[in-house]
Amino acid sequence: MAVDAEAQFHVLAVDDSLMDRKLIERLLKTSSFQVTTVDSGSKALEVLGLSEDQTSPSAVSPEHNEIEVNLVITDYCMPGMTGYDLLKKIKGSSSLKDIPVVVMSSENVPSRINRCLEGGAEEFFLKPVQLSDMKRLRPHILKGRSKDQQLQREENSNTIIISSGGSKRKAMDEEPSPERTRLRFSTGSLTIL
Amino acid sequence: MELGSLQRRYIDFTTALFREGFLDNQYTQLQQLQDESNPEFVLEVVTLFFEDSEKLLDELSRTLDQQVVDYKKVDAHVHQLKGSSASIGAQRVKNVCMAFRNFCEERNQEGCLRCLQQVRQEYFLVKSKLETLFRLEKQILAAGGSVPVLW
Repeated sequence: MAVDAEAQFHVLAVDDSLMDRKLIERLLKTSSFQVTTVDSGSKALEVLGLSEDQTSPSAVSPEHNEIEVNLVITDYCMPGMTGYDLLKKIKGSSSLKDIPVVVMSSENVPSRINRCLEGGAEEFFLKPVQLSDMKRLRPHILKGRSKDQQLQREENSNTIIISSGGSKRKAMDEEPSPERTRLRFSTGSLTIL
Repeated sequence: MELGSLQRRYIDFTTALFREGFLDNQYTQLQQLQDESNPEFVLEVVTLFFEDSEKLLDELSRTLDQQVVDYKKVDAHVHQLKGSSASIGAQRVKNVCMAFRNFCEERNQEGCLRCLQQVRQEYFLVKSKLETLFRLEKQILAAGGSVPVLW
C-alpha cells in the first residue's frame, strides 16, 4: 500500500481559547487537513480513546469509536491539564505514543520549549500560528507512516537494509543474525532498531 | 458615496491603520485566510476578540480594585488579552499588554492601573477603527464593487 501524499490527514487541535480554536481550524482546513477541535486536554484524550487515568484505550462498548488521529496540535497554557501534561499522556500510552504532537505557545520560553521537545513533542510553534507553519506538519505525519511501511517490508524480506529517505538499496544479502539488527538512515539520524 | 471613492477611502484608511501601528501583519494573515467558502472569517474572529477583550477588561478592573490585589490573576488576564490581540494583529493593544505584564511582575499597583487605562484606550480605538473598516467593506460590496486587496 503506497503512501498517498494527497491523503487527507486528520489533526486534533486542542486550545481553551475559542478565538485560537477558530484560527487553528481555519489554518488547518486551508492546508487540506481534516480537523477536530476540542477545548481541553481531557476532551482530547476522550477523542483519542483514552480516559485520563488510563494508559491504553478501554475495550469498551462498540459505540465508543475512536477517530483516527494523525497529529495532535495543542496549546501549552491551558487550565487543568496543560499541553505538556497532554503530551506526556499521549507519549506514555502504548497505543498513542507514535502520534506526532506539536505544542503551541504565545510565550517564547526556551526552558519550556526544551521541556516539550524532550517530552516527545515533534515541534514547538510560537503563537500566533501562521499559514507558513502548516507546511511543517505534514513531514511529521508522513515520517511516522513511512516508518511503519518500511518496518513492514523489512519484516517480510528478512534482510539487512540500509536506506536513506525514499530510496532503498539492499546492502547485503545475508542470513539474518539471531538478533536481526537493522540499521536505517532517516534524514540525517541513524536509528538502530 | 460612489464606488470609486469608497474604494479609495478604504485603501487610504487601511494603509493608515498599518502605518500608525494599529494593525500589523497578523491582520493580513487573517485576511488571507478568508475566501468565498469563509467570506466572514475576519469579521467572526474579530467579533470574538471584541467579546473576549471586553470581558477581560472588566475582570481586570475588578481584580485591580480589590483591597489586596492578586497579581497572578491580573497577569493571567493580561496574558490572555496579549494573546488574543496578537492573534488578530492589534499591535498597539499587544504592546501595552507587554508593559502591563512587567508591572504585574513588580506588583506595582499604580503602574498596573495606568496600563489598564492605556490598554482600555487602545482597545476602544482599534475597535472603532475596525468597525469603520468593516462598514466600508460592506458599503463597497453593497455598491456592487469588490474590496481592494492590499497584499
